[in-house]
Amino acid sequence: MKKPITVTVNGVAHHDEVEPRLLLVHYIRDVLGLTGTHVGCETSICGACTVILEGQAAKSCTMFAVQADGESVTTIEGMAASGDLHPVQEGFWEQHGLQCGYCTPGMIMAAAQILDRNPDPTDAEIRHGLEGNLCRCTGYQHIVEAVQNAARKMKGQEATGD
Amino acid sequence: MAKYVGQRIKRTEDPRLIQGLGHYVDDIKLPDTLHVAFLRSMYAHAKIKSIDTSEAAHAPGVVAVYTGKDVAGKIGPVPCAAALPGLKIPHYPVLAGDHVTFVGHPIAAVVAIDKYAARDAIDLIMVDYEELPVVVDVEEAAKGGPLVYEEYGDNIAYKLTSGEGDIEAALAASDHVIKQRIVHQRLIPIAMEPRGVLARYYPGEKELTIWTSTQIPHLARTQLAIMLGVPENKVRVIAPEVGGGFGSKLNVYAEEGLVGWIAMQLGKPVKWIEGRRENFQSTIHGRGQIGYIEVGCKNDGTITGLRYNVFADMGAYLQLLTPAIPTLTGLMLSGCYKIPAIQMNVTAVFTNKMSTDAYRGAGRPEATQVIERAADLVAAELGMDPVEVRRKNFPEPTEFPFKTATGLFYDSGNYQGALDKALGMADYTKMREDQKKAREQGRIFGIGVSTYVEICAIGPSAATPAGGWESATVRIEPTGKVTILTGASPHGQGQETSFAQLAGDELGVDLNDVTVIHGDTSIVQYGIGTFGSRGTAVGGTAVFNALQKLKEKATQLAAHLLGVDASSVTFKEGRFSVEAAMAAAGGNGDSAKEASAPKTVSIQEVALAAHVAHQIPPGFEPGLSATNFFEPSNFTFPFGTHIVQVEIDRETGKIDIQRYVAVDDCGNVLNPMLVDGQVHGGIVQSIGQALYEEAVYDEQGQLVTGTLMDYAIPKAAMVPWMELDRTETPSPVNPMGVKGVGEAGTIGATPAIVGAIVDALSPFGVRHLDMPIKPEVVWRIISASA
Repeated sequence: MKKPITVTVNGVAHHDEVEPRLLLVHYIRDVLGLTGTHVGCETSICGACTVILEGQAAKSCTMFAVQADGESVTTIEGMAASGDLHPVQEGFWEQHGLQCGYCTPGMIMAAAQILDRNPDPTDAEIRHGLEGNLCRCTGYQHIVEAVQNAARKMKGQEATGD
Repeated sequence: MAKYVGQRIKRTEDPRLIQGLGHYVDDIKLPDTLHVAFLRSMYAHAKIKSIDTSEAAHAPGVVAVYTGKDVAGKIGPVPCAAALPGLKIPHYPVLAGDHVTFVGHPIAAVVAIDKYAARDAIDLIMVDYEELPVVVDVEEAAKGGPLVYEEYGDNIAYKLTSGEGDIEAALAASDHVIKQRIVHQRLIPIAMEPRGVLARYYPGEKELTIWTSTQIPHLARTQLAIMLGVPENKVRVIAPEVGGGFGSKLNVYAEEGLVGWIAMQLGKPVKWIEGRRENFQSTIHGRGQIGYIEVGCKNDGTITGLRYNVFADMGAYLQLLTPAIPTLTGLMLSGCYKIPAIQMNVTAVFTNKMSTDAYRGAGRPEATQVIERAADLVAAELGMDPVEVRRKNFPEPTEFPFKTATGLFYDSGNYQGALDKALGMADYTKMREDQKKAREQGRIFGIGVSTYVEICAIGPSAATPAGGWESATVRIEPTGKVTILTGASPHGQGQETSFAQLAGDELGVDLNDVTVIHGDTSIVQYGIGTFGSRGTAVGGTAVFNALQKLKEKATQLAAHLLGVDASSVTFKEGRFSVEAAMAAAGGNGDSAKEASAPKTVSIQEVALAAHVAHQIPPGFEPGLSATNFFEPSNFTFPFGTHIVQVEIDRETGKIDIQRYVAVDDCGNVLNPMLVDGQVHGGIVQSIGQALYEEAVYDEQGQLVTGTLMDYAIPKAAMVPWMELDRTETPSPVNPMGVKGVGEAGTIGATPAIVGAIVDALSPFGVRHLDMPIKPEVVWRIISASA
């Protein structure tokens, strides 16, 4: 039996009736049509499905949509909602922090949370913070540089790149 | 210096990807799409006595259920494109008939209105299996063992001997012959986007469109047309955004043919998205060789001969290139050394496992591991520094093209240059001093060196099963925008950017005015695809050549518009101009015409004139486009030196890579930032192989490492900072002098890592270790000596 839910995604309230077993990631992708959030493993290991749920990074492939009832979700599509790229998005672009791009939305959401909690992380702290997100292309080095690039921007310092 | 080529240009594909606006297969939504789920064999080897799909067929939301009987004779087998003498190719049906030969073998397909309903119904299919004996170990399979195919009488897919020189005499005349068994463990590629297929059939147009996550859209179109019996010009294959491949999508899979066929049966779009567990079980694996090295040397470190007897694990079926992979190992056994006699004896065997095939490096990482371990074994035997053994056997830069005893001509190289640069970056002398001090303090500290060469830009057509060329069309639209159609099929390598860089410089146009289109067989002329580090060296060269042709044509029209001979026109920064002297001297004699003609015209103006065609010279074909199909005359041979420093924790066996120094030479470079990215990614996949990754099947043929919880691919905190630099030795094989870099890291890195760990443990009597070198292995060695 379907359950009514209300989920605010990227600032817009959505009212839908969903099967209780519908995964949050399928709700976001298939019901709302926001396909930037990817499915990579369905076991919460790879992190491609990472979204921000009530301010915390969450793996949307191992949550039910009904568990997000009444809550607020930000997906990758919501990161540049103002029209300007988020500093983390800029960092990934400037430092070549992505290749195939499949893990990238989840990486960006996780990286945004790292900087939210710690505006001045060390490389080791960034690597630790990204342990829930797998990338098979980049070897992570440019991702670490991307997050540092974003950290510099968010602190209002001029990013120098390399 | 060029405006774009050689610069660290930000990628043009990134804005859509960092905003979640790209379209991978599962992001393409068509109305009324049906969803497929597969029932796959739970046994590695069994007879199927019966299948009952009646309950599944009546489950809510189910539209159709298909088994092997439904498709037999209607869909051709999964193709193998490799041809070798005496090769046995088992018939590989898209759905198993009465015989399953590996866990994950598709048995039945359920089609339903959504993916949840399809998966539910899978559980309602009843299969009556009769288990058969299973063979998993390659050496057991080669000896006899249970047979995967009774009708063959053995498990041997083929045997092959390759190499040149008298190996017996060479080994007999050596001062030392060192023998070593070596295991190249099976690996699982794990592209972050699993495979996926969406198919749509228009019965009126008789057009079948298949969106599939592939590296080879055109080759897939040809093969799928054959499998389905549909005219090739009515099949359109589209590789949309592809989330990584690493060779695993350089293939044609059962599911691609079957989903296309189902769409034709049901007249609605049909989609299948591979789950990660399916991806582990049913997408090709890589490596899987167990071999025996015999290397001969003189007392001064000169390598005299190398023999490699190898058992290569094919798995149960031969996918597109499965049997060809070990032949690539044979080609590269000389490494970057002068070795007069080399022999490889391959025994390729069937086992009850998923097929192996091309995984990043595809046979060459195995070769590099063999020859680099051999070099280290020689050093250990003779008490020499591993660097000196390598230097002793290098050809001089003047000896190129350098012929190997494996039948290749290496195009260009300066192995000493890359080695010296890496030794300098690492401060190798100090590293060895640090090692001495560390050992005095009782620490376990090692240094590994790999000097590698790889074979790239695959390749000359004569050496490939289906053509080794690549195609490009460049056109300038009436509004001056530049469109590049490439037969390469990049999936993360960044060629939408690097090819646009080429056009930007060659045509003097803004990078943002260039669009690179790839992966759609109805838009792009036939092409081969992206694999074997060929995207830039072969595909990029086709773009470069097409740009030259385009400029020639544009020059003809520009000269006409300027009222002069083409020989009087210069082209610079996007403008055609009449040389000042020519203009002043009255051009070619028609002074009245020249006086009124403009002195300069932009390439955009020429493009518009070419399309409007009001003022074109006689015989000039309207429009402004050029196509090139580039056939390379040889492979390219990138090379480099990687140096690794490790320290091992005595209590836990934990391996800490303290320094990773890499100097790679991939010829001239279009975009250093992209090259760094390729090298980083390759090295980290090598770290995965060296330390963490291994596809483990148990005795029953169950894939024990079947999830990301059990199969450890490197995470961010598990890998070191990499210190990169380059040397640039241009290739003479193509006009840009580029070589390719996609696989450098996976080919060059594992021997340096393994060498460093072996070096660290050499005080414990260790001369060789097989991968993955887990802390447990190391801890046992240390503990045994305590």
